[in-house]
Amino acid sequence: MNIVVCIKQVPNTIDVRIDPVSKNLDRTNITGVINPFDKNAIEEAIRLRDKHGGEITVISMGPPQTIDALREALAMGCDHARLLSCREMAGADTLATGYVLSKAVNKIGAVDMVLFGSHAVDADTGQTGPIVAEFLDFRQITFVSQIDMEGNHVTAERMLEEGRERVRSKLPVVMTVTKHLNTPRYSKPVNIMKAFRKDIPIWNYEDLGCDINMIGIPGSPTIVTEIFEPKRRSEVEMIQGSPEEMVKELVAKLTADHAI
Amino acid sequence: MQLTDYKGIWVFAEHRNGRISDITFELLAKAKELSDKNDEGVVAILLARDAGDMSQKLLNRGGDRVIVVESDHLKEYKAITCAKVLEALVDKYRPSILLFGATSMGKDLAPRVMAKLRTGLTADCMDLDIDGDGLLIQTKPSYGGNIMCKILCPTRRPQMATIRPKVFSQLEEMENPKGEIVIENISVEPENDYEILEHVAYETEGVKIEEAEIVVVAGRGVSSKDDMKMIEDLAKELHGAIAVTRPLVDAEWYDPSIQVGASGKTIKPKLIVNIGVSGAIQYNVGMQNAKNIVSINKSPKAPIFSISHYGIVGDYKRIVPLLTEEIKKTRSQ
Ligand SMILES: Cc1cc2nc3c(=O)[nH]c(=O)nc-3n(C[C@H](O)[C@H](O)[C@H](O)COP(=O)(O)OP(=O)(O)OC[C@H]3O[C@@H](n4cnc5c(N)ncnc54)[C@H](O)[C@@H]3O)c2cc1C
Ligand SMILES: Nc1ncnc2c1ncn2[C@@H]1O[C@H](COP(=O)(O)O)[C@@H](O)[C@H]1O
Repeated sequence: MNIVVCIKQVPNTIDVRIDPVSKNLDRTNITGVINPFDKNAIEEAIRLRDKHGGEITVISMGPPQTIDALREALAMGCDHARLLSCREMAGADTLATGYVLSKAVNKIGAVDMVLFGSHAVDADTGQTGPIVAEFLDFRQITFVSQIDMEGNHVTAERMLEEGRERVRSKLPVVMTVTKHLNTPRYSKPVNIMKAFRKDIPIWNYEDLGCDINMIGIPGSPTIVTEIFEPKRRSEVEMIQGSPEEMVKELVAKLTADHAI
Repeated sequence: MQLTDYKGIWVFAEHRNGRISDITFELLAKAKELSDKNDEGVVAILLARDAGDMSQKLLNRGGDRVIVVESDHLKEYKAITCAKVLEALVDKYRPSILLFGATSMGKDLAPRVMAKLRTGLTADCMDLDIDGDGLLIQTKPSYGGNIMCKILCPTRRPQMATIRPKVFSQLEEMENPKGEIVIENISVEPENDYEILEHVAYETEGVKIEEAEIVVVAGRGVSSKDDMKMIEDLAKELHGAIAVTRPLVDAEWYDPSIQVGASGKTIKPKLIVNIGVSGAIQYNVGMQNAKNIVSINKSPKAPIFSISHYGIVGDYKRIVPLLTEEIKKTRSQ
């Protein structure tokens, strides 16, 4: 079974601020790491390969430094990595990203399963997986918390708002995974060494046969017009006194507010 | 694409077991407000095996029109099937705006539809507005809520968004509203290679946290599971529901259906009591619209206080039982 894992490099913290001068994100002290849920996707791909055979290719679209994330994925145990990168791809929203990723899956060829994290912690959209599924004309299973393979079918458990749903789908399939699926492994030092010796080809839009109007800024229907920090409330009333006094006063206030 | 050919605000009607989900009513109410600005009308899209009384319910809650597609192949929700139907409807009627709930269903379906239509989709919106040029301004959180973004889709249609539950209020149910129900006879293809085997509800007792008027939230400050007893007593006294922060779900004390926050639920109760909750932004985005926010924390510097109405600095072990007692006393007077 051939698996592709799509990973995104994200900031190591989501505790970010806006630079008051440039009005852009303040990127000082921020380094890139693999999106946490994408590690669950990598872990699951490794377990499925070890049990059912096949190969794992990990791909990411991003600037050249994204190669670090791909190396880490190789060190965890993926077989191959491809970086999808060129100037023309920059400024992509999820539609343009999904298009490029689907082109790469097609180029890899004979893929049975494409795994994604449920969402990326920076952009927080969770829509890239289903978009790729649509471009590839694959079935999709989102919010996956358990996977079982059986011939050319997968049975998966999805974690939804009010309960768990079990579904069965024929391959090929796109899945987006939650952290409830597994616990990602740490890479062994020997594998980290090996990962450094592996070749990571870089595919540009021409290698992928992308329509130039479908990638980067021209291929992105949405534009971000403004970013800001959410406003915080400041009129908090701190209740003072002994525990007994505080509780009495709180209940009196809530009663007066008709809150209880 | 002629942008001016695209008119109308569409809401995808989500339903389970013959009941329309609250998020749909919330979206209809907001769509109606937006439609007062651009005067394009609100359309609910209902895909079902049997629409039953759901179409009328959608009109009663703000739809000017309901477009219904009925088919045996719509017995269960399947992304591939519904996406094809929506694509056909959009091609025929050309809406300007297409809204979904940011629920597991909306987040599964909307991106598939968007990729078919090659348009823009903004996820998890917490506000919508129409700008001077008639474009939909979509406000969404990023970085777990640390940053908010305003997003436009200027050159493609429809402008698509998923919207988090509980950010907008529903309209009261109207009696005999104007409005029409259109039955659309488009063919629906079956999807036999994808089956839903079973659906098992999480085991939670009592009211759902998103429907409760009063919610008591326990955070990681609650140091042992035994202490949940005193918190449950407080919730019971308040006739409220129990909710938790993510660490308590990660510790497997509770299942995810009662987690509040960016990766949990958004709630908007009349009163929320935070106990041992620090107030991380990913938590706050899930409850900051509550009408009355009370927080109990032993650290005076806890960020939760900055979004609270009332704060008590103290150990919950001391405060919570006293609070339960005091409420009981007040009630009996
Ligand atoms: C992508 C992402 C998504 C996330 N989504 C969510 C989400 O949906 N929901 C969510 O909750 N979190 C979410 N988180 C985690 C979030 O960042 C915080 O880690 C979490 O909310 C902290 O939970 P807490 O306030 O219960 O615990 P802590 O931050 O550990 O706070 C515990 C508080 O209890 C107080 N305390 C300790 N002892 C006592 C005592 N005896 N009496 C009174 N007070 C006491 C402490 O002063 C402290 O303020 C997310 C994180 C990420 C990265
Ligand atoms: N640039 C990218 N390259 C590869 N995979 C990506 C990229 N962006 C998003 N993904 C994948 O899509 C998932 C959801 O991301 P998002 O839709 O941005 O929340 C991530 O967890 C990744 O698996």
